[in-house]
Amino acid sequence: MEIYWLLGIPLSGGIFMALWGFRRNAPEINALFSLLTLAVAALLTARIVEEGPMTVGNGWFFIDSFNVFLVTLTAFVAFTTALFSRPYMRIEEEHGRLSAARLRLYHSSYQIFIGMMILALTTNNMGILWVSMEGATLATVLLVSLYRTPASLEAAWKYFILCGVGIALALFGTILLYFAAEKVLGSGGTALLWTQLNGVKTQLEPTVLQLAFVFLLVGYGTKVGLVPLHSWLPDAHAEGPTPVSAVLSGLLLNVALYAVMRSKVLVDGALGNDMAGNLMMGFGLLSVVVAAFLINRQTDVKRMFAYSSIEHMGLITFAFGMGGAVASFAGLLHMTMHSLTKSAIFFTVGHATQKAGTQLMSDIRGLIKTNPTIGWGLMLGTIAILGVPPFGVFASEFLIITTAMHEHPWATPFLLIALGVAFASIFGKVQPMVFGETGLPRLPHMPALTPVFVHLGLVLMLGLFIPPYLATWYRQAAQLLGG
Amino acid sequence: MALNYHLQIVNLLAALLLLISFAMLSQRRVASLVTLFAWQGAALALSTAIVAWSTGQHHLYYSAALTLGLKVIAMPWYFYRLIRKLNVNRVVEPMINIPTTMLIGIVLVIFAFNLALPISQMSGTVMRSTLGIALACVLLAFLMMITRTKAIPQVIGFLAMENGLFFAATSATYGMPLVVELGVALDVLVGVFVLGIFIFQIRETFDSLDLKHMEKLKEK
Repeated sequence: MEIYWLLGIPLSGGIFMALWGFRRNAPEINALFSLLTLAVAALLTARIVEEGPMTVGNGWFFIDSFNVFLVTLTAFVAFTTALFSRPYMRIEEEHGRLSAARLRLYHSSYQIFIGMMILALTTNNMGILWVSMEGATLATVLLVSLYRTPASLEAAWKYFILCGVGIALALFGTILLYFAAEKVLGSGGTALLWTQLNGVKTQLEPTVLQLAFVFLLVGYGTKVGLVPLHSWLPDAHAEGPTPVSAVLSGLLLNVALYAVMRSKVLVDGALGNDMAGNLMMGFGLLSVVVAAFLINRQTDVKRMFAYSSIEHMGLITFAFGMGGAVASFAGLLHMTMHSLTKSAIFFTVGHATQKAGTQLMSDIRGLIKTNPTIGWGLMLGTIAILGVPPFGVFASEFLIITTAMHEHPWATPFLLIALGVAFASIFGKVQPMVFGETGLPRLPHMPALTPVFVHLGLVLMLGLFIPPYLATWYRQAAQLLGG
Repeated sequence: MALNYHLQIVNLLAALLLLISFAMLSQRRVASLVTLFAWQGAALALSTAIVAWSTGQHHLYYSAALTLGLKVIAMPWYFYRLIRKLNVNRVVEPMINIPTTMLIGIVLVIFAFNLALPISQMSGTVMRSTLGIALACVLLAFLMMITRTKAIPQVIGFLAMENGLFFAATSATYGMPLVVELGVALDVLVGVFVLGIFIFQIRETFDSLDLKHMEKLKEK
């Protein structure tokens, strides 16, 4: 039952905001809808933890530990981002960068985007998964170009065309999957249901599934931002409004990777070898290395953190590619940590750039003097994402690297060098932004940084201590991924 | 025997699809490109309907009707309107000259047939041999997207690619389940709508639809 509410709230929220989103209190209503979504997600999670995986609505929806975990994460980050965007977008409006009509578009698309991601996560049908992934892209295209500057339009066009082509390849992969499934399950609506496919995965034609996985990985991988399919990602993150960067980086990339993982489970069953895992490890490792070296060349702060997202998604893809209980556990943990930390960073970066009036790192200086909370938020967030010990990112990266040492020793030097380079580049650039000399006056308005410290607090807590029920939940999910 | 007769027509239409794909590659005028796109949609709808009739797969009728409504009537009409409003029906040169593009296209077709061969041998549908053509259409549309620098031709390339995929689904499996097909059609429709808004935004900001102006965001 919860599942209908879970989908209904954001989608009706989208319609509501399209009609009433120009009102003065629209940001509050937006946050309220997100809060409701979060509440329902929490209810659903409680039920799954208690009763185990279930299918709802004649097998149309399937919820297990793996996707319910992502649903909760999505709903949570969506809510905190809505809280952050409330004052942030108001200030943008006061600065004259946005009008009431565009805020209406923003709020409406925001809700539809969240709804589409939840649909992608909960649907049992691989075809509907494709449809909702494309829906999530379409909902965000106009958000990326919200400021209507030449650069933002270019970024949005690139986003639309590249993700469109990518997702078209994923559609071909889905067609091939259906082609293989139809031989075993017969034609009709049930042959694309993941639970059905999972039941007969050993009988599916291996050659077809092999080809299907390549298309699915390249297709959805474009949205994950895997190198060399990543070129839309830094542009879209840098040119869109900051709340959009936060949800793109913290949520959409995860959902795309979720789609890859669902396919991987099927392909692994059909092939009985490591083809899918090896492909993912290759793409993942390439992304980590290339992104780490590109970080150093960035001058725009949002662009730099976008590259950092590519690096971390690469690391997660690599972990899932290795497979096995520990690596999958680490991958899931890293997904959580990255979502929470990266969205927190984008929140602080948003305030910092709003204040400085530029995204160029060389023009942002001395945040600690002009606004200590923003300064500390950015510093702590950066330390967290770089994997400094007390924070949770350290725990997951440590697990990933030790597993790699154990199972694929050849990959370890690449990973360590890449992480080291990323550390040096990001820290070296953020340090003067926070502690440098500045002549700018203090910020006139209070920044909304509660979400930042809530996120970082969670990351810190998970780094020190993972509550037992949470650990069981992660372990269950890791097992589903072939652990 | 009746089935054979239908099969001949479907094969003919498939060949027509491929021919139109090549014609699109060589077309310099935007409006003519839209016309070709409409014809491609018509060939697709007709072949789907014939397959539906000859094999008794009733859900394919809906797909055929959807293609006819969206890709033959609604979208071309919308594109013609856009072109008239924006007054962009000029001769445009693609990035690579046309004879070279055609040669690359031929290579792509050979590649597509080789890729599709093992799959079509496994397929049980009457029109499995057309899978190669479907894949070739996808790749040719892809090539068209790469070689065009204007916004509308790129979008048409994207839609032509979707046509190819749709044809692939019909030839390999008699089409995807209806719900999925409806969802895909909805996505395409919303996508074209979003693009319409988008094209006006680009026009307003750049005073042109040439994507060459959009090369600021490059890696330094």
